[in-house]
Amino acid sequence: MIRFLLKRFGYMLLSFIIIISLTFFLMKLAPGGPFTSEENLPKEIEEKLNETYGLNDPWYKQYANYLGSIAKWDLGDSFKSRGQSINDIINRSFPISLILGFEAILIALSLGVLLGVIGALRHNKAPDYVAMSVAIFGISVPSFILATVLQYVFALKLGWFPVARFESFTHTILPALALSFMPMAFIARLMRTSMLEVMNQDYVKMAKAKGMQSKVVVFRHLLRNAIMPVVSFLGPLVVQILTGSFIIENIFGIPGLGFEYLTSITNRDYTAIMGITAFFSILLLVSILLVDLLYGFIDPRIKVGKKEAH
Amino acid sequence: MNKVLDVNGLKVTFKSFDGDVQAVRGLDFYLNEKETLAIVGESGSGKSVTSQSIMRLISSPPGIVEGSIMFEEKDLNEVSEKEMESIRGKEISMIFQDPMTSLNPTMRIGRQITEGLIKHQNMTKKEAFNRALQLLKLVGIPDSEERIHQYAHQFSGGMRQRVVIAIALACNPKILVADEPTTALDVTIQAQILELMKDLQQKTGTSIILITHDLGVVAKAASRVAVMYSGKIVETGTVDEIFYEPKHPYTWGLLGSMPKLDGSKELLNAIPGTPPDLANPPKGCPFVTRCPYAMNICEERNPEYTTISDTHKSACWLQERLAPDVEPPQDIFIRREDHAR
Repeated sequence: MIRFLLKRFGYMLLSFIIIISLTFFLMKLAPGGPFTSEENLPKEIEEKLNETYGLNDPWYKQYANYLGSIAKWDLGDSFKSRGQSINDIINRSFPISLILGFEAILIALSLGVLLGVIGALRHNKAPDYVAMSVAIFGISVPSFILATVLQYVFALKLGWFPVARFESFTHTILPALALSFMPMAFIARLMRTSMLEVMNQDYVKMAKAKGMQSKVVVFRHLLRNAIMPVVSFLGPLVVQILTGSFIIENIFGIPGLGFEYLTSITNRDYTAIMGITAFFSILLLVSILLVDLLYGFIDPRIKVGKKEAH
Repeated sequence: MNKVLDVNGLKVTFKSFDGDVQAVRGLDFYLNEKETLAIVGESGSGKSVTSQSIMRLISSPPGIVEGSIMFEEKDLNEVSEKEMESIRGKEISMIFQDPMTSLNPTMRIGRQITEGLIKHQNMTKKEAFNRALQLLKLVGIPDSEERIHQYAHQFSGGMRQRVVIAIALACNPKILVADEPTTALDVTIQAQILELMKDLQQKTGTSIILITHDLGVVAKAASRVAVMYSGKIVETGTVDEIFYEPKHPYTWGLLGSMPKLDGSKELLNAIPGTPPDLANPPKGCPFVTRCPYAMNICEERNPEYTTISDTHKSACWLQERLAPDVEPPQDIFIRREDHAR
C-alpha cells in the first residue's frame, strides 16, 4: 500500500509538472501582455513594469523562476491587484468555492442516486419516466440558463432567496442548485442503468430467495454493487463543479476562486493564471487518487496496490 | 408418506410484445418428505420457471402464475408477500445454477450466511456467526475461520457452490429447490457437490427438488423423476420406472442421448428437431413433430395421463388400448447402469 502510494505520488508529480509547463508555454504564446490594455502607457513605464516583474528575462529564466516559486508554493504577487499575493487570493476565495462545490456535490449525489434508484425500481412506470425526464432536462439545459431562471423565479418573483452575493447560507442555495443540476442528472442516468443491470444478477435473486425484504435487498445488496459508475464519475465531477463555478460564480457575483480565475485570464494576470492553474491541477490529481482509493474500499475485487493473489 | 409440497395446475405465462409466452402449461406434481424429485428436460422446457414460481421469484409483470402450490396448508401463490418472505430461506430455500454469480461480490461470505439466520432464527450476530462457521465446516470448506471473512472472488467455483449450499441450508429448510446446481461445475466437482447434497439431506431430512438436464445426475441423486417437455410433464415415475420402463418417446429420446460409457466409439445421439414455439403452443401433443412414432391423433389432441402404476404416469397416445404396440429402442437400457456408478 505504501509503495503504491509512493508510486502514485511520483506519477502525480510528473503530471503536475507537465500541466504547469504547458500552461506556462501556452500563456507565453498568447498575444499581448498584462499591461497591454492600459491605455497610453508611456513606453518607459511599460518597460519599467516589465523589468520589475521579470518579463524581459529570457523565457528559460522566467520558466525556472516560475518552477522555483511553485516548488516553494510562493506564487508571487498579482500583477493587477497591487499588494495582493496569489496565495492570499487562493486562501481567501477557495473556501467560498469549496463550500459551494461541496453543497452542489452533496445535492447532485443524493438526488441523483435517489432518482436513479427510483427509476430502476419502477422501471418503465410513471416514476421512472418522471425521473428520467428530470434527468434529460438537467443534461440538456446549460447551467447558466438554469441559474438565471432560478434567480428570476425564486429570488425576483417569489423572493425566497437573495438574488446574488455570498453572505449567508441562504445565499448559497440557488448557486449550489444551479451548479448541481447537470451532474445530478448525469448521476441519475448512470445509477439507473447500473441498478437495472445489477437487479438482474443472480445474487439479487438469491438475496430474495433468502427471504430478505425488498428494501433490505435494495440497501444491502443492490446499492453498493451499483454505485461504481457513479464513483468513477466523482473524480472528474469535483473538478467539473469547480470549473463550472466560473460561470455560476460570475452570475451570482460570488467572489470564489472561479471568479478570480476568470478575472485573471481577462486581465492576463500571469502570476494569478499560473498559480490558480497549479492549484486546480493539484485538486484534480488528489481527487482522482481519492476516487481510486474509494474503488478498492467499495469493491473488494479491486485491490489497490496489490497484485491479485490468484 | 407425507407430501410436503403439492403443485396443481401450475401455469406461468409471460406477457411480451409478440404475444403471451406460455412457459409452463399446467403442471401437477408433488414432493414427499425427505425425497429427491428430479425435474428433467431440455433447455426451454420450463424447469427453471417452475422452480422460481415455487419460490415466487417470477416478477409480475411480465410473468403471471396460475394454479396452486400447496405447502403446509398454505397456497404459496396466494399468501401475502410478507408471509412469503418468512417462508423463503426458512422453509424453502434455493440453490442457483451458477455459483460464480449467485454470491454478492461486495459482501463477506460470513455476512451472506448470517443475514438469513438473523432474520429467520432471531439469532444475535454472535450466535449467527458461530452457526455460519459450523455450516462452512459442514459443507466442507477448509480453514473456515479464515474463509468466513473473505469475499466470493477468493473462492473457486466448487467452493462457492458449497457456500451457496451452506446459505440455503442455514435455517434447516423443509424443501430445497436446486436449479441445476452442478451444471456450471467441473465434472469431478459435480460428483462432490451431489455427494454433499445427498449427505446433508440424510442429516437434515430436507426434501429436494432437483432441476437438471443431466440424466447422469438424476441416476445418482434422485428418487423420483418428472420429465418436462415444452411446459408440461410428459412422464413421471420413480427413478427405476423411468430408467427401466420408460413409456414416453421423449423419455426414450432423452435416455438415448446419454453417451455410452463402454468405450465404444459412437456419435452422440440427439433428438432431431426443436421444441414448439411456446408463444403458439400446438393443440395436440407438443412432441408430435419430433416423435418417430407419431400417429394422426397426436396432432389433433393432447394426450391425457395414463396411469401405469401408483407412481408412474405418462402422457402419450401410445398408451391407449387401440394404439399399436411399440417397443422402445433397446440400446437405451444399457446406459443407466453406467451412469449410476
